[in-house]
Parts: sequence; C-alpha cells; structure tokens
Amino acid sequence: MVLNNKWRISRDDLTARFVLMPTIILTFVFVYAFIIYTVYISFTDSSLMPSFGWVGMKNYVKMFKLANWHTALKNFAIFSVLYISFATFLGLILAILVDWSKAGERFFRPIYLYPMAISFIVTGTAWKWFLDPGIGLEQIMHTWGFVNFKFDWIKNSDKAIYTVIIAAIWQVTGYVMTIFLAGLRAVNHATIESAVVDGAGTWKLYTRIIIPQLGPSFTSVFVILGHMAIKSYDLVIALTNGGPGRATEMPSTFMYSYTFTRNEMGIGASSAVFMLLLFAIIIIPYINKIVKDS
Amino acid sequence: MKKGFYLMLILSLVTGMSLFAAGQKEVKTDDKKAAAAVVDVNQVEVLHWWTSGGEAAALNVLKKDLESKGIGWTDSPVAGGGGDQAMTVLRSRATAGNPPVAVQMLGFDIIDWANLGFLADLNDVARDENWDSVVPEALKFFSKQKGQWVAAPVNVHSTNWVWANKKIMDDLGIKEPKTWDEYMAAMEKVKAAGFTALAHGGQAWQDGTVFESVVIATGGPEFYKKTMIDLDEAALKSDKMVEVFNRMAKLRTYVDPNFSGRDWNLASAMVIEGTAAFQMMGDWAKGEFKNAGLEPGKDFYFFRTPGTQGTVTFNSDQFVMFKVAPEYKHAQQELAKAIMNPSFQIAFNLVKGSVPARTDISDAEFDAAGKKGMKDLADAAKNGTLFGSMAHGHAVPAGIKQAMFDVITAHFNGVYDAKTAAQELAKAVAAAK
Repeated sequence: MVLNNKWRISRDDLTARFVLMPTIILTFVFVYAFIIYTVYISFTDSSLMPSFGWVGMKNYVKMFKLANWHTALKNFAIFSVLYISFATFLGLILAILVDWSKAGERFFRPIYLYPMAISFIVTGTAWKWFLDPGIGLEQIMHTWGFVNFKFDWIKNSDKAIYTVIIAAIWQVTGYVMTIFLAGLRAVNHATIESAVVDGAGTWKLYTRIIIPQLGPSFTSVFVILGHMAIKSYDLVIALTNGGPGRATEMPSTFMYSYTFTRNEMGIGASSAVFMLLLFAIIIIPYINKIVKDS
Repeated sequence: MKKGFYLMLILSLVTGMSLFAAGQKEVKTDDKKAAAAVVDVNQVEVLHWWTSGGEAAALNVLKKDLESKGIGWTDSPVAGGGGDQAMTVLRSRATAGNPPVAVQMLGFDIIDWANLGFLADLNDVARDENWDSVVPEALKFFSKQKGQWVAAPVNVHSTNWVWANKKIMDDLGIKEPKTWDEYMAAMEKVKAAGFTALAHGGQAWQDGTVFESVVIATGGPEFYKKTMIDLDEAALKSDKMVEVFNRMAKLRTYVDPNFSGRDWNLASAMVIEGTAAFQMMGDWAKGEFKNAGLEPGKDFYFFRTPGTQGTVTFNSDQFVMFKVAPEYKHAQQELAKAIMNPSFQIAFNLVKGSVPARTDISDAEFDAAGKKGMKDLADAAKNGTLFGSMAHGHAVPAGIKQAMFDVITAHFNGVYDAKTAAQELAKAVAAAK
C-alpha cells in the first residue's frame, strides 16, 4: 500500500499510536504538566501552600541573595566535579583490571557492583558511623595504637562535603565499571590486533586505541553521574543532614527545606526550576546526539 | 508524517488535560458520597508525631476518654521529632481536600493555617467550657485567631532549663549557679576535672535552644522580646547581640569535639551516664532522666538557665481543628473538650514532662521539676515575662526562625566571628521578613 498523501495514516500506524496514547497522555500530565506547574509556582507568592499571586522574578532574586543558596551551588560544583571525575576514573581503571583478568571477573564484578545494590540511605548511615571520630575509623585507629591518627572531616564545616563525595563515589564506582566493561567488550578487535601487530605497547594500546573507542560509554557515564549529582538528596540527609551547621547544603536539600520546612514554596519552586535548568544543560546535548545519530 | 506526529502530541495534551480536570471533579463528588456512606461520623482522625513509648501511652488516655463517649479514634502518626514530616503529610492532605479532623501543631504554623482559612470554629465549646479564663494569654495568641478558637492546647514546655549531673556537681563542690559568671566558673571546674562540661547536640534547633537562653541571660527579657519577637533591626546587630554571640563561642569551648549532628536525647544520656555535667534543653529532657529511673532533685539537678530566672520561654503543643462537614462536628467538639479536660491534662503532662496548658490545675501530682515549672509559668504569665520560644516556632514564623538558625549554627560552627554574626543575623532576618 503506497500512500503519497502524508496526512493519511496506515492502519498499523494508527494501532501503534492508539496503544501508545495512554503513555503519552500520562507522561504529559504527570511530567510536563507538573513541570509547567512548578515553573508557574516559582513566579507566585506561594508560602505554606500553593497560591497564585503573580510576583514575577522576585523569588529568583531573593534566592540568589541567600547565603544558603550560594553554599548549595558551591557544594554542588565541588561535588559534581570531584564525583564525576573520580567515579569515572576509578570505574575505568576497575573495568580495565577486570577485563584483563578474565578469570577474576566473576569474582570481582559482583563485589564492585555490590554497593550499587544498597540504597543511598543505608550508604549514608553506614558511612556516618564509619566516619564519626567518636565511634568509627578514628576511634579504631586509636585503639590500634595510632593515637595521632585524625580523620574528623565529617564534623568539620570546611571538609564535610568531601565525606559526602567519598561515600557517593564508593557507591557508584562499581556501576560505572560495568558500563565501561560493556564498552570494552564492544571495542573493535581488528583494530586492537592490528595495533598489536604494529608493535603498540599496553599503555599506547589503551590510550590511543581502546579508550578513544569508549566515547559512547563516557557519554552514558557522564549523563548518569551528572543527573545523580543534581538529585543527590538522600545521601546528604542520611550522612550529614546538611550539617555541620548548613555546610553540606545541596540544591536538592535547599529545595526541600524551603518548600516544606520554611514555608517559602515560591523560593523552593524557583530552586527546583534552577535544578531543572542544570539538568537540561547535561541532558539536552545528549538527546541531541541521540537524535542526530539515529 | 511530522505534522501528523505534532497533531497527535497536541491532541494527547488536550485530552490529557481535560481528562485530568474532569477526573478531579468526579473524584471530589464521589469522595463525599463514599465518605458519608462508609465512615462513621463518630470518629476522629488525629494526625500527630507522638510516636515514642511515653507519648503514645499518654495519648491512650485521650483515646479512652473519647471511647467512653462513643467516639472512635483513628490514629495517623507520622514519625519524626519536631513534626516536619507530619507537616509535609498535612500539606498534601490539605491540597487533596482531605485534611484530618485534628492535627498536632506548633506555634506560628497554626496562624499560617488559620490565615489560609482551613480551620474550624471552636467558639461554642470554648464558651461552654470557659477556656478564655483558664488558658494563658501567651497561648491564646496561637489558639485563638481573630477572636475564633481554632485549637486546643495540650501542654506548655519551657525551654530555658539546665539539667545537671548530681554526682559531678557534688564531687566538685559546685552549687547551683545563679548568674552567668557562676555558671561559666562551674563549667570551667568541670572541664578541668576532665568531664565534658556541656552536653550538646549540634543540630540547628539545639543551637537555637541554647541561643535563646543566652539572649535572655545577656540582655534580659526586654532584649529577648525586642530581638526575637519584635525583630528590631538595631537591637539585632547591637553590641548586646555581639556579646550574646561571644557567650555562645565561650559555650562552644565547653562542648566535646564530637557534638555535631547528635540527637538531643543522646546529649541527655551523657549527663545521665555522668560523662557530662550540664545540658541546656527544654523540659522534655526530664523524660529521659525519668526513663533512666532518676528523680528530679534527688538523683539529678535542674535549674533555670542562670541569668534567666523569672523569665519563661515556652512552646506548646496544640491540637488544631480543621474544618469538617457538619455531621462530624459533634465528634470534633468532643475531642476538643477531652483535650482540655483537667484529668487528661494532668495524665498527659505527667508523662510528657511538660506542664498543663490551663492555669487552674493543682500541682499535687507533679514531681519537683513539674511543680517548679507550673509555678514559674504562672508567675511569668502574671509578670509579663512569658515569651514564645524562638527555637521552637513560638516567637517568629518558620521562615524567619530558620533564617536565624542559619546564622546561629554557622557561628557556633566557627564560620562567623561574633561581630559578623550579629550583622548577619540582622541581615538574614530582614531578608526573611
């Protein structure tokens, strides 16, 4: 059946669209409609409950005057840079090591991947105990005789954010490893073999031939870690609860506290919109790439 | 093809929206019918965060009282001290048009909800039961909005207390400190003896609880009113306030290095176990001591924060009544009556560590700390030195309270010096107003 008129749709097409309809509708209502609603709330004088008095950019202006928001943005910058780069680097190293020792793979892969199976709340709580100078690592080292050992970052306003990063990296590195491992398996063997024939050493083989071919894996890792960094909430709450003081405030904890405990829903909504923008910066180039590739 | 796709998109959006809107309407009418048919009108649903053993036991008294009048109790507990989580649940329930009959609430939240027009009118009950003459003015400020009773207060906690380990004080020959200087001298003595002088949990609200006591001890009750309630900008950044922050910094030196993020009851445990001498905390801490089998006055000491004698900062749990359909009104009013019933107020506050919200109750059944608490409260109410606690949401609305916490906790954690902190405090309050 050849139809030149592009407004006419074949029966199969129609069925397919009919089947997809509920999904499309639900997505629009429960994703996009609520995004629009949140954007709208961010321009209103909502306080305890949503209300609809238009105030323009006032909430955004107010938000950028808040010390807490600056702390949150600064922490987010530190967190995302260190978290993404370290987790990517360690994940890649682990993947290469596992890929090398084929025999060890069945043993090591589940071990490395295991932290991913634990919820962020559990990770946060466990690391909170582990890092607590009174009961955790520092205490243990003291009982072993290393009385000068000191690791009290979690109680220190300047360094607490790094403990969040450590716990987050611990959680996600194994997962990054599996992505890279899959990428390594997909590397074109012909190029590797010819490189070996040409006399390339291991270092050259990896830096020149294999890693450059992992481009898609890097993109996936970057997108996944990037969006995890933006929405990291439960880990911070469980590990430090935003403290000491407000030292580990992140955009997500800021959003929660202004919306739900400070009765400033307008400001909470504007921070949510800002987080969405951050997210868009990561995700839109990725979607663009997918659309282009297909 | 492309146009067809967009057409579908737009169509789905429109149908989606209209379905959503229609669905909402339908649900509402259906809900009402269903509710009237299924739910017993002699039933009250109560949202609260009293989930610990003693609190739950105390609520049972209320439950039994209502049952004797043929009114059932539907419990909606939301765990989480301070009630943040409970308030989040309440928000979603109210947005969905299905708020509970009564909700445990604190201070300025009541005013906010009343202003939104969600609350019931309890004037009938209040008139019959004569609430106006038995509830102190400071509490009425919250429970009575624009001449309309909207809430029944359950208790009054006061926050300017120090709880002390008897053995450490006796061994070191420390007498109850009457002034701030004596208090500091006592701390110094304890520290020199190798104990933690001040048991403290570094959570923002705990820093705030200590802070408000220091404000009174440093500047007196008028200064407290000026800064924490009237939010006078000049007073907020005055030299007095710098002195307050200096005293906070001094207190910081008596706290153990591992304090941040510690729960208040763990800090109480330090005093109970004898690793620390003092804790500055509201009278709910008494419950921890009593649970450990200790009697106030005999096994542990308690006194008003030195320098704040005669002044009482309070917070009060109230059951706020939401607007309900007329057929539920009876059950709601019975609940309100039961809450204000003297026998419940006594039974509950014996367990909770607080004192009754009505002033006409005998103190015979209360322990030494309870008797002192009731007397202090009555005196302060008479002398005009009964103030809402800033740290517990009874002096300023939540937004301003949290803004103050930001500065207080940042200073306590060494981010600001005293002078900067006073400036920042004034700035933060101005921004949050």
